[in-house]
Amino acid sequence: MSGENLTVNSYIKHHLTNLTYGKLPAGHERIDENGATYVLQQDTWTMAHGGEESAAMGFNAIHVDSMAWSIGLGLIFCLLFRSVAKKATSGVPSGIVNFVEMIVEFVDNNVRDTFHGRNPIVAPLALTVFVWVFLMNLMDLLPVDLVPELLVLLGVPYQKIVPSTDPNITMGMAVAIFFMMLYYNIKVKGFGFVKELTMNPFNHPLFIPVNLFMEVVGFLAKPFSLGLRLFGNMYAGEMIFILIAALFGAGVMWMIPAGLMQMGWALFHILVIILQAFIFMVLTVVYLSMAHEDH
Amino acid sequence: MNINLTLIGQMIVFALFVMFCMKNIWPLIIAAMQERAEKIADGLEAADRADKDLELAQERATHRLREAKEEAAVIIDSANKRASQIVDEAKDQAREEGDRLKVAAQAEIEQEMNRAKEHLRGQVASLAIAGAEKILEATIDENAHKELVEKLAAGL
Repeated sequence: MSGENLTVNSYIKHHLTNLTYGKLPAGHERIDENGATYVLQQDTWTMAHGGEESAAMGFNAIHVDSMAWSIGLGLIFCLLFRSVAKKATSGVPSGIVNFVEMIVEFVDNNVRDTFHGRNPIVAPLALTVFVWVFLMNLMDLLPVDLVPELLVLLGVPYQKIVPSTDPNITMGMAVAIFFMMLYYNIKVKGFGFVKELTMNPFNHPLFIPVNLFMEVVGFLAKPFSLGLRLFGNMYAGEMIFILIAALFGAGVMWMIPAGLMQMGWALFHILVIILQAFIFMVLTVVYLSMAHEDH
Repeated sequence: MNINLTLIGQMIVFALFVMFCMKNIWPLIIAAMQERAEKIADGLEAADRADKDLELAQERATHRLREAKEEAAVIIDSANKRASQIVDEAKDQAREEGDRLKVAAQAEIEQEMNRAKEHLRGQVASLAIAGAEKILEATIDENAHKELVEKLAAGL
């Protein structure tokens, strides 16, 4: 029983470990291919062997799998939409052009409804966010073991194929959007931004410290809620896929219920991945719209 | 689940993709869609205008038809009037001509009658004298009784 628990544990752990490339500090103990232990004499940039090593690398590391999938999916978005953009004419659209135009119009309508300023970057930003996040979430619907196991056969030890279950990816986007919010708040409002932070909600000089504290916390909470919401939802969804997949290993009698659960959760998850991409896009537009609204 | 350089990497990649989308994707698709929307709007407007034009043309056609009918009625009316006028004129002329002929004929008849009377009167005088001569078997001084006889003749 404990042996089985261990395998399930290591199975789940394996699925939650990123393929990491980073700088191991000097003095770290490693185990080479032959099982012998040796100590690093100096800081070394290398592939991490497991979660402990990637933790030891600290900030000086990069999740190769997350980055690769995220860039790859972004490129799919760019190439697909670019090819359509070249083909798009004022004539009758067909096939893929129709589909892409539908998405573009959907995003455009949402931006028009929410964002009333004049900024040419907001709509393309919303489109990129929506499609890219959707594609990243979509990777969740691939069977959890398919790509990682294939890559293990090819010699790649770890692989997380859903970039949006990596907080670095979601927070990276959220922080980028946070910088945009900051930039446009200052650009559009100027000193009004300071006033907004200090004179709200209590419009009295005595309350400036209270206001400043509340407003700054509220402002800083936006990127965190944006990034962590997407991460949390996708991570939880991925976790449930992994748990259901682990159930397959529990015995033959679990095959059918696990299969049904897998299917049910996947069907439900179709909603989740679209909804989360949509929420991420809408919140991006809302935050930028707030940055543009001068009172 | 460590926060590391991936965060920075994702920010850079994100910025690049957004810029690519803003430069090379969004404007082209939106422009094509707007152009199409304008084209469709123009087409609809043209159809609308054509509809209105047709309606107008039909209205004009019926108007013209009515006008033509009215004109024709006026022409027929005036023709009828003219015809009756001509007939009336002809009647009047004929009546006048008839009257004139009648008057001339009566005048001639009267003339003839007067001539006949004159002739008769001349004859009556000599006849009466001859008759009286015969009755009286005497010679009557024609001159002496002439006045008497003429009085008699005038009494005829």
